[in-house]
Amino acid sequence: MFEYAPAPESVRPQIKEHYGLFIDGEFVDAESDFKSVNPATEEVLFTVAEADEADVAKAVAAARRAYETVWGPMSGTERGKYLFRIARLLQERAREFAVAESLDNGKPIKETRDFDVPTAAQHFFYHAGWADKLAYAGHGPDPRPLGVVGQVIPWNFPLLMLAWKIAPALACGNTVVLKPAETTPLTALMFAELCQEADLPPGVVNILPGAGAAGAAVVDSAVDKVAFTGSTAVGRAIAKAVAGSEKKVTLELGGKAANIVFDDAPIDQAVEGIVNGIFFNQGHVCCAGSRLLVQESVADDVLERLKERVATLRVGDPLDKNTDIGAINSAAQLERITALTEAGRGEGADVWQPACDLPEQGFWFRPTVFTGVQQSMRIAQEEIFGPVLSVLTFRTPDEAIAKANNTPYGLSAGVWTEKGSKILWAAERLRAGVVWANTFNRFDAASPFGGLKESGYGREGGRQGLEAYLDV
Amino acid sequence: MSEHAERLRVKKTYKLYLGGKFPRSESGRSYPVSSPDGAELANAALASRKDARDAVAAARKAQRPWAGQTAYLRGQILYRAAEMLEGRAGQFAEELADATGADAHDALGTVEAAIDRLVHYAGWTDKYASVLGGANPVAGPYFNHTTPEALGVVAAVAPHDDPLLGLVDAFAPAIAAGNTVVVLASEAKPLPALSLGEVLATSDLPGGVVNLLSGKTAEVAPHLASHADVNGLDLTGVADTALAADLEAAAAQTLKVVRRPGRGADALDLLRQWTEYKTVWHPAGMAAGAGGAY
Amino acid sequence: MGSILSGAEAASLVRALPGVDAVGLEARAAGLSTRSVKTTSKAQVIDLAISMIDLTTLEGADTPGKVRSLAAKAMRPDGDAPATAAVCVYPSMVAAAKDALQGSEVKVASVATGFPAGQVPLDVRLADTESAVRAGADEIDMVINRGAFLAGDLERVYQEIRAVKAAAGDARLKVILETGELATYDAVRRASWLAMYAGADFIKTSTGKVGVNATLPVTLLMMQAVRDYRAATGVQVGVKPAGGIRNTKDAVKYLVTVNEVLGDDWLSNEWFRFGASSLLNDLLMQRQKLKTGHYSGPDYVTVD
Repeated sequence: MFEYAPAPESVRPQIKEHYGLFIDGEFVDAESDFKSVNPATEEVLFTVAEADEADVAKAVAAARRAYETVWGPMSGTERGKYLFRIARLLQERAREFAVAESLDNGKPIKETRDFDVPTAAQHFFYHAGWADKLAYAGHGPDPRPLGVVGQVIPWNFPLLMLAWKIAPALACGNTVVLKPAETTPLTALMFAELCQEADLPPGVVNILPGAGAAGAAVVDSAVDKVAFTGSTAVGRAIAKAVAGSEKKVTLELGGKAANIVFDDAPIDQAVEGIVNGIFFNQGHVCCAGSRLLVQESVADDVLERLKERVATLRVGDPLDKNTDIGAINSAAQLERITALTEAGRGEGADVWQPACDLPEQGFWFRPTVFTGVQQSMRIAQEEIFGPVLSVLTFRTPDEAIAKANNTPYGLSAGVWTEKGSKILWAAERLRAGVVWANTFNRFDAASPFGGLKESGYGREGGRQGLEAYLDV
Repeated sequence: MSEHAERLRVKKTYKLYLGGKFPRSESGRSYPVSSPDGAELANAALASRKDARDAVAAARKAQRPWAGQTAYLRGQILYRAAEMLEGRAGQFAEELADATGADAHDALGTVEAAIDRLVHYAGWTDKYASVLGGANPVAGPYFNHTTPEALGVVAAVAPHDDPLLGLVDAFAPAIAAGNTVVVLASEAKPLPALSLGEVLATSDLPGGVVNLLSGKTAEVAPHLASHADVNGLDLTGVADTALAADLEAAAAQTLKVVRRPGRGADALDLLRQWTEYKTVWHPAGMAAGAGGAY
Repeated sequence: MGSILSGAEAASLVRALPGVDAVGLEARAAGLSTRSVKTTSKAQVIDLAISMIDLTTLEGADTPGKVRSLAAKAMRPDGDAPATAAVCVYPSMVAAAKDALQGSEVKVASVATGFPAGQVPLDVRLADTESAVRAGADEIDMVINRGAFLAGDLERVYQEIRAVKAAAGDARLKVILETGELATYDAVRRASWLAMYAGADFIKTSTGKVGVNATLPVTLLMMQAVRDYRAATGVQVGVKPAGGIRNTKDAVKYLVTVNEVLGDDWLSNEWFRFGASSLLNDLLMQRQKLKTGHYSGPDYVTVD
């Protein structure tokens, strides 16, 4: 094989040495700061103010004021124009945001450039158009916003999750207080700057970096609604915290998706789908196809092709345009992936990893394929949230469905077969909010996304996603 | 006439409706039910934790087959329930009058409203998916389609002061959408609900689709709220706000969908409450000629 | 390869091949297209690409003079640039090409079998092939009978390829599927396997004479076919995309795809070729740019 010389992305965003909290249209300082680290180098990128309870109260008050005086009374047409403007600014500054995201998160530039940032912009563009058409969304002739929305988002798609949260909230007429994840606040803070650039009225969007405590403070504050994407454990705590209150909640939580490959699948495309399903974004994806269920009659063939393909994946510098798998987001996440992988070995599954070099600095994990996995093993049950695939086999379609559904989660699933009737049969039976047939990990602003059972409730995207931000 | 006056009336034993059968509580307990003016009406079975468990098991067993029926058939069965209730409107008006103290005319009006409500939901079964779902115009070569699907097993606490119409709202939208339900009937006024079980049992409704329990909300509801095999929890009938909060918190353990008290009974809102959206993607592309999208 | 299949067996085997998902295939090709090849890698890839070109002229106006000019370019494209793999001409020009390339490593490839439509009787197509071989062709680029293929007569397509293979003798046989006329990826996969079962040494996408010629997804699909065919039979078959590959950027995409799908075993002109004419000059200009640090222009490469 010929080697690819390093192909580093040349654009560098302006990253400040220090960022404040974004409250009421201004950056303000807080009692304490924390550092954000580049997971690929372990170097500190910048320091950032950490929101406490008082800061949250201030932000919620600003959001309330903006809701009552500006954003609530504003016509849908005008609201929509602000969102269109934000979408356009994001497109204009796309490369800058992409590089910033790769630096702060560790994900490859290929993905931030071709997926995260363009899809985030699409979410603003899509929802902008809803702002003056809510009466046609199927929620009655005059659906009302909820008021102030508290949003807590994860580190795996920092800007995109922000877009998924903020765009529909604003389109429906709410104002927001958003807490980005502790390890990835950068693009949210750049987004705050972009809100200033867009002349968005102060208080409509407030960004409060911080850790779990800040998130809990947002949940407990005087917001009308809480929207959360993250772990099932935290989602459960939020659902308990708001019990008995008037706060509406939507939760987009964990998953352990089955990716089912039948013996009549388009095999080469299925292999691509398996790879994309589990190694996209280092496997830091709630809907990752982390359980490969392959029909026993084609298992050897599929696995051989899969390993050959995985061996071509390039792990390394997130800013190299040829990198397929970047850095693990944090030391803590790396530890969790390592621990679960060890558990897999301990329980007797066979582990396979390609021989690829890993950088010395930073947090890295080789793409990993476990074969001989049984349903009872931890690696088949628990969300690993890393580039680790558990391979199980099945004999009949019924067995595939039974195994696929045998989890408390229900976020996504994949089906691979050239037979249309089998796809419809399987899609109907799979207990998952999203089913990808002959594809995997596709996302779109027009397509509702979300799970069932312990993967949470509520949808994001599409007409159905508006329900989360309207008083219906 | 005197012959009639001497005839001893056959009184009904009010039992649970569970898995299509009418058992007593497994605990062997019952409790007296009286009218608002204090007259004793009958004894009702006092459901236990284990009755709740059995009801959930019956509902779970019935759920897939029920959701797998055609929407047309589900609609016909709901309509059949309306037919059966119409035929026994007089009996229900009487029971309702006894239970609530309403006058005969108002009671009959409520029964008629309940019949019409069943007819309304009978007509929803093959329409709500078109209204709530649809094709999504995604930015890529994919067919993308969203359909509402049943949440699964829904446990409901029916309203205390609206023992018939409130009960219909507690089960009809849920089963119209393919769920199966466990309903805890009005604690103080359970008799119309338990009689409605007889209507359902003669409407070709498969056993286990609707399960009716009578008993103490505070005793039974927590077991339904915490049961890991329940997917949705309707707290409409929980008047005690502290209990409602506790039940919601218990439901949070397995992330159940919860309907808080006071949400009203808008039909589409109820249908949406007990459905999950499933979105299916499939590539839409065939020709090799153009050579791809890049 | 083991025993020779009957036409019916070959037809039935290719009909049972798994389907291709078009969107997934194109997405994979698009993904491979995003690979960035820079600096030293790029210099290496450019020279590799030059060495894989079947420098082609297939015009009614071709003359021995034109062919001599092309042959000279093929042998010494520019300074220390490597020679191309072959010169590809019509059968009537084979002798001139052979003469011009005397003593060089550059092969003479000849299209044959009633190129490009192939709509002449089989005996004429075989005679065409034999005459090209007699004139000294090292390689024969035949066209399959698309009409028979689309009519479902796979046995006939198979038997005809076998007949041409026999007529070609020791010359390596490139089987042109004319993928633009087969229209679907499923058909391309079937035609690829049918050709390989029949003894193709190379499978080639296109004649360059129809509206749609080589595309990356189609070539990727054919690469998967040769990879799987070798895994199944032990026999290695080459791949030749032809038509429409005009610049370095395109060529790099194809070579990245060979690199990642087939690997080292196919990364030489023994197993991979580009059927192209204008590609060579663009590769040479890029090559000059890497050496001098500034962009080159058409006046700095030869017109042949």
